[in-house]
Amino acid sequence: MSLRGKAAIAGIGEFRPSRYTEGATTLGMLAEVARMAAADAGIELGEVDGLITESFAESPFMAPSTVVEYLGLDVKFAEVVDLGGATGAGMALRAAMAIDAGLCETVICTTAARRERRTTEGPKRSAGSGWAGRRTDRTPYAEFEMPYGAIGANFGYAMIANRYRHEYGVTPEQLAKIAVAQRYNACHNPDALFFGQPITVEDVLNSPVIVDPLHMLEIVMPVAGAAALVVTSARKAKKLKKRPAYILGGGEHTTHRSLTYAPSLTDTAIKAAADQAFKTGGIRRKDIDVASLYDCYTITVLLTIEDAGFAKKGQGGRFVDQHNLQFDGDFPLNPHGGQLSFGQAGLAGGMSHVTEAARQVMGRAAGRQVKKCEFAFVNGNGGIMSEQVSLVLGAER
Amino acid sequence: MTTEPQPPATPYLKPLPEPTPVSQPFWDAARRHRLFLQHSRKTGKYVFYPRAVSPYGPEDTLEWVEATGRGTVYAYTVARRPTAPQWGEDGPYVIAIVELEEGPHLTTNIVGCAPEEVSIGMPVVVEFDDVTPEATLVKFRPARLSTEIP
Repeated sequence: MSLRGKAAIAGIGEFRPSRYTEGATTLGMLAEVARMAAADAGIELGEVDGLITESFAESPFMAPSTVVEYLGLDVKFAEVVDLGGATGAGMALRAAMAIDAGLCETVICTTAARRERRTTEGPKRSAGSGWAGRRTDRTPYAEFEMPYGAIGANFGYAMIANRYRHEYGVTPEQLAKIAVAQRYNACHNPDALFFGQPITVEDVLNSPVIVDPLHMLEIVMPVAGAAALVVTSARKAKKLKKRPAYILGGGEHTTHRSLTYAPSLTDTAIKAAADQAFKTGGIRRKDIDVASLYDCYTITVLLTIEDAGFAKKGQGGRFVDQHNLQFDGDFPLNPHGGQLSFGQAGLAGGMSHVTEAARQVMGRAAGRQVKKCEFAFVNGNGGIMSEQVSLVLGAER
Repeated sequence: MTTEPQPPATPYLKPLPEPTPVSQPFWDAARRHRLFLQHSRKTGKYVFYPRAVSPYGPEDTLEWVEATGRGTVYAYTVARRPTAPQWGEDGPYVIAIVELEEGPHLTTNIVGCAPEEVSIGMPVVVEFDDVTPEATLVKFRPARLSTEIP
């Protein structure tokens, strides 16, 4: 019943996030970063027999076979994962499941986001019918929420933050501290978008409020980038030259797509996902050396610290006050800078939490390496606190 | 007597609801300035948004009933920057989840007061907004009369 130690992350490919791409195709980026991951693992593409990718605009249908064909692969397992920001963690979990089921042995999981500089005046609109293209979304969300301006994700996380403040209380300074610690980490990661640009709590609080109570520096910046993993059987991983990161535990939980229908705005589905990941992994919270927590906003991190079981409900603000969240602190959090300071390249942003946790466990995180890093906890969060996927990674099986 | 030429109506560019056969009664009622919800015969619970099947089991049926239009603010935010380009000229506006007296939550706008006046738990009452000749949105405003408070 347990996936523990059946598969491992053996290779990582990742682009340095950038504001824009020029002339790149998503397909090309997905393929290039996949090749980087294979090279990092020290395997030939011919050894890859599984492919997991995302649904991307250039290939509205049959994305996996499109990527397989482009890379010249011959696979026994191909699929799309569609879990929003939890997609990267969900890909790793599904790769381990496919390997454990004996469907395949070596899976590439690849994500990418291109971002062209806008040359035209944005999407064309026709009078009285909103913007072109919206008719493709016929979900209840499009019908009952978009007409009220509930568009994007900022508004939803702002409502969560206000509701959390109402139920439990957290100070603006406590939330800001999360962004500041992650920026410190980014300043030790030359690949981070905000490398070399430290910030203070005052900087965060002085940045404009975009949606009450969230300041600009508490909100991710969308960028371009790509990230990929090679996930292979533990048997094969052991034979490779580099040290792998074993997938010890995994858990997943989803109850809603729109925040409106969430059972609670402050008790999230992260709890069930994390509990399952720790249980299947046979690892305790106190064993965790590094936390790689999805951080689209500061409030997301606060809720994850609580619901993943590192702090009691309502004590997140206090936890932040009492701990040093820097990579060299007592609760190393998002050493790569998190998406807030590394950059959020579409679904590759969520994947960066997996690549970073793996790097830390592999001992390959250079200037931001967490000391004696044996176990990592990863949480991926999709939509507005919708899809949740947790992983526990370890240096040994 | 000649009538003054009317200036062309400003086109409404924000996204509009596109009713499905299942949700049409909800929007038709809104057009008549009435709030209708589905009601589960088996559980007595109210359902929003409209569904073809009950979330309370296969033997359940859903029937349309009129709601009181009263509720409270469950969560809200003030958008200081527009959440989409079509809201660019609106200034700060309130996006909220309202808990209806009947139980369901829905996402809406709080209108009829300054954004600073909105708070969690504040009693609100439905306010229909005829945004186009065809479409009416279901918004909420602060309750003012004792009969408006759930």
